[in-house]
Amino acid sequence: MDKPLTERIGQNGGQVVDIDAYEAGGGYAGARKALTTMTPEEVIELVKDANLRGRGGAGFPTGVKWGFVPQGDAAGTGPKYLVCNADEMEPGTFKDRYLMTFDPHLLIDGVVIAAYAIGAERAYIFLRGEYFEPFRALERAIAEAAGRKYLGDGIFGGEFNLDLRLHRSAGRYICGEETALLNALEGKRAQPRLKPPFPPASGAWGRPTVVNNVETLCCVPAILRNGADWFRALGLTDDAGTKIYGVSGRVNNPGLWELPMGTTIREIIETHAGGMRNGHKLRGLLPGGASTDFLVPEEHLDLPMDYGSIAAAGSRMGTGTMILMDDSICPVDMSRNLQHFFAQESCGFCTPCREGLPWLEELLTDIEEGRGTLEDIDILEKNGAFIGAPGNTFCLHAAGAIEPLQSALKYFRDDFEAHVREGRCPYRERKGDG
Amino acid sequence: MTTAGANEAVSGADLIETLSESEVAKIEAECAHLPDRQSAAIDALMIVQEHRGWVSDASLFAIARLLGMSAEALDAVATFYNRIYRQPVGRHVVMLCDSVSCYVMGADRLAEQVKAHFGIDFGETTPDGRFTLLPIVCLGACDHAPTMLVGEELVTDVEADRLDDIFARFE
Repeated sequence: MDKPLTERIGQNGGQVVDIDAYEAGGGYAGARKALTTMTPEEVIELVKDANLRGRGGAGFPTGVKWGFVPQGDAAGTGPKYLVCNADEMEPGTFKDRYLMTFDPHLLIDGVVIAAYAIGAERAYIFLRGEYFEPFRALERAIAEAAGRKYLGDGIFGGEFNLDLRLHRSAGRYICGEETALLNALEGKRAQPRLKPPFPPASGAWGRPTVVNNVETLCCVPAILRNGADWFRALGLTDDAGTKIYGVSGRVNNPGLWELPMGTTIREIIETHAGGMRNGHKLRGLLPGGASTDFLVPEEHLDLPMDYGSIAAAGSRMGTGTMILMDDSICPVDMSRNLQHFFAQESCGFCTPCREGLPWLEELLTDIEEGRGTLEDIDILEKNGAFIGAPGNTFCLHAAGAIEPLQSALKYFRDDFEAHVREGRCPYRERKGDG
Repeated sequence: MTTAGANEAVSGADLIETLSESEVAKIEAECAHLPDRQSAAIDALMIVQEHRGWVSDASLFAIARLLGMSAEALDAVATFYNRIYRQPVGRHVVMLCDSVSCYVMGADRLAEQVKAHFGIDFGETTPDGRFTLLPIVCLGACDHAPTMLVGEELVTDVEADRLDDIFARFE
């Protein structure tokens, strides 16, 4: 099968793909084709036609987002911006690190095409500060690309200019929210902005801006080279392309695999991740990072991992990197770990999120440590629903926090009640066995 | 990286320290490609931290003056971000992942073992000034959990019996 995202890394023996290796594998042919033979409108139509959807978690159609950017006189004066969200920090997600570390030119290729499509003369890669290897790979790749005039002024001998810069984040999960990211890029506290206006209308420094995830932009060069029909045919279901799926937890072979969009959860876990390790049983999984609802093996293993199928089961495909909970893990304690993360990473702007998430963490700690009551479980449920309801907070941080909690209460309620009944965590003596 | 600044006075006329030519040049280079000087706030804080190990009050005042903003507004930015240190840190910052994939693979137990190894808690620095221990969210290497960052080096599949070897490489 075609693996447009990772084939060069494989051919290169797992080494960093430099510009010569990248070009030998057809690299920059996509950007060259777009900039020398197509209008920006044609590029946008092609990406719409390919049905590329955002790989950062929300799944918004990429070409549609690009199409929202005003062109020509309608854009007013001043630069437009393309921003690559490379602030990978969704717990359990490790796909963008891999792409940037090993095939950084693929991202630059995609950035050039996207910037051309929306008419941006400035682009930023907003990179996770703790990502030192990707930083070094990208820094080198940007210099290599500039050396061949694939960045800078007069790209491919034409009139399109692009100034690409790396911005290293100073931290915080909320920077992954695109308007918070833009505030961080502007040197401010990373608090989300009111929407609308959305970034394509008013983004970085009040100018039209598109924010795209790393994997999304990495899908673009091959769409230019091979066409929309080819890309759509890669997917097994309604969703197009390939997807980098990942598995972490107690499996025999944790890792990442580029597979057709719509590969089933069962195939990913059993065939690619090698099944559960040391006789452990799978109890539940977060399909696409910490902010996605639990799915359970009794009901969901044969679901295709695509946007629609996972949503229909009450969760989200998210980043497509799943976290497995095996039978040695206490669902209450894992929920406490998750709420600790979300409480800590709240930007603190809205009260339900700032005050509510630490409260939920405290209740979970009480239950885990044997001090909880049945009423505490009800409070978790009711207040979780309140805190997580869209519209009660400014952004979706709290809503994301509640996804794994509400589904843990749904699927593992017996475990919560057993903690209260026994006044202790039934898993304590079993913890950490291989 | 040094911990210079740990003993500096932060009162009266000494409140604003002098940034080095190199620091000013790097900050000005950031300002040059941004629409306004205050947009360089985070970059400027990181540049000074790279030179001095952390951002003291005196450094904060100096950066704020250079960027034409109040020290209070700059501190609101500085204290928002976990990679900007407003207290001195050791020569190497050890960041131990406490997010869910590492949790599943035993990060809580590892955290206790690392604390015992150093004899310090999270947020503390070893008495010799060599290591500061901090928790960090997901480091994006979940297939090799548990993970940690020592300085700029990602360490994966961390096990307690490897701790001596891992930390010995960092003087």
